[in-house]
Amino acid sequence: MKITKKEIVHVANLARLDLDEESIGKFAGQIDNILEYVDMLNRVETEGVAPTSHAIFLTNAFREDKVKEHLDRNKALANAPEKEDGNFVVPKVIG
Amino acid sequence: MNLYELTIHEAHNLLKSREISSQELTKSVLDRVESVEPRVGAYITVAGETAMAQAELADKAIAEGNITHLTGIPLAIKDLICTKDLRTTCASKILENFVPPYDAFVIKKLKKAGAVIVGKANMDEFAMGSSTEHSGIKLTNNPWDLAYIPGGSSGGSAAAVAADMCLGSLGSDTGGSIRQPASHCGVVGMKPTYGRVSRFGLVAFASSLDQIGPLTKDVSDCAVLLNAISGYDAGDSTSVPMDVPDYTTFLEKGLKGFKIGIPKEYNALSGLDAEVSEAVKNAVMAIEGLGAECVEVSLPHTEYAVAAYYVIAPSEASSNLARYDGVKYGLRDKDKNDLIEMYRSTRSMGFGSEVKRRIIIGTYCLSAGYYDAYYRKASQVRTLIIEDFKRAFKSCDVLLSPVAPTPAFKTGEKTEDPLKMYLSDIFTLSANLAGIPGMSVPCGFSSQGLPIGLQIMGKHFNEEKMIKVAYNFEQATDFHNKKPVL
Repeated sequence: MKITKKEIVHVANLARLDLDEESIGKFAGQIDNILEYVDMLNRVETEGVAPTSHAIFLTNAFREDKVKEHLDRNKALANAPEKEDGNFVVPKVIG
Repeated sequence: MNLYELTIHEAHNLLKSREISSQELTKSVLDRVESVEPRVGAYITVAGETAMAQAELADKAIAEGNITHLTGIPLAIKDLICTKDLRTTCASKILENFVPPYDAFVIKKLKKAGAVIVGKANMDEFAMGSSTEHSGIKLTNNPWDLAYIPGGSSGGSAAAVAADMCLGSLGSDTGGSIRQPASHCGVVGMKPTYGRVSRFGLVAFASSLDQIGPLTKDVSDCAVLLNAISGYDAGDSTSVPMDVPDYTTFLEKGLKGFKIGIPKEYNALSGLDAEVSEAVKNAVMAIEGLGAECVEVSLPHTEYAVAAYYVIAPSEASSNLARYDGVKYGLRDKDKNDLIEMYRSTRSMGFGSEVKRRIIIGTYCLSAGYYDAYYRKASQVRTLIIEDFKRAFKSCDVLLSPVAPTPAFKTGEKTEDPLKMYLSDIFTLSANLAGIPGMSVPCGFSSQGLPIGLQIMGKHFNEEKMIKVAYNFEQATDFHNKKPVL
């Protein structure tokens, strides 16, 4: 067993997801299978091999730190589920 | 012949000689969409009115003598590429009503070239899937047999091209999501080199693997569409500042001196369907017959590609999809008065099960205590996979292989076994890990009449060599001229 139901619930919590009992059971089985499969990576000798985070030769893309044309405030807010006075509205954060 | 059946280059010639107008062409495509969409289900949104307005503008431009290869050409766009003022859902409930305030870089380019946007194509939710069954909006059926999946995740884009519901389309490919549906629907599809096409405005799934590319009715159209979308964009920090060749100049006959690599490990993989194997062998022989020389090459880490990919892609996805929090755009559970509760409830209502599964795998692989064992290990194996390709390309110009181990499977056949679905990506996802370009061209049909694709992979920024091989193969065969009966 690579992953338990309890761990599924813990990880779902980290990812801000609620799962019902049925999904917890289903995911635990499926994800356990996947992690068992992924375990084959341990057969590969990787001592001293540098990890790759992306596959082309570019490193950093720098530019001048200047204000350029940008999205209008109203347009940026247009898709917000709740907004007020030019701001995004969220539930109360500090009690 | 119906206008909607035209290829991009055929339609361009007729538009240029003023034998047809873009409005006639666009109307014909929209009528076709109306008649077959109930059976195929390729589109999430059909933008009939704006398409006709764009066609009118295109006709005006043509009348003034301003015509590009895409002026007045009706195209479909995968629904995770942002289109200004046109709903972009990623086939997810969480973005069901999202209307982008800006165009993706590739859309800006297409609009500037005078293209007409017919609508937004269905896909697996957030591009996670190989069958388009994970769409949160609707099902897409394979135009060759409606009981079968069209492939995925760009299933709507591929089905729309195959069913003549557009002249060409854009998809995105993170592990095979352009090439596999192209193969299953009998059309041409290309994932360009990572960095060749800007990802600005492409909703992110796995940022180090995602790439936008064309799906078309033939290889010539692939070159035309690739010309239009390639090139540097300062808005994408992984966009590569390199000159883009005119890919249409490589649509020429002759493969003398070309070296074709056949990866020996691919033959040993279990699960390869006999008819797919036969079709690909015949294609290799045909390409040899056209003057190319075949050499055997080795990609020793092939068997680890799926495992490395299904650590890296979900890890990147779990981080990218953290942005869907019910605050800035998309769905929100307005009944929750606590911030964390609101996040949890919104995300749980908005994401489908495959997306949740991958977020959980990714979060697990990146979590304290597991990072080295999973993400770091997979990233090291990724380096070895890249080195395999570098070594292989020392002795050949392109690699040939199947695209998918089987033709399209039946709807519902693999949804309960995600690992089984993941394993079907074995031939395609190495190219994403290595950042190299890959392409699918039709190379046969199964005894049931389902299309089979040949994969051509090239070195970084060697798309023109793939196009040349694909073009020569296509000109020597008849597969691309067959159409599904709908």
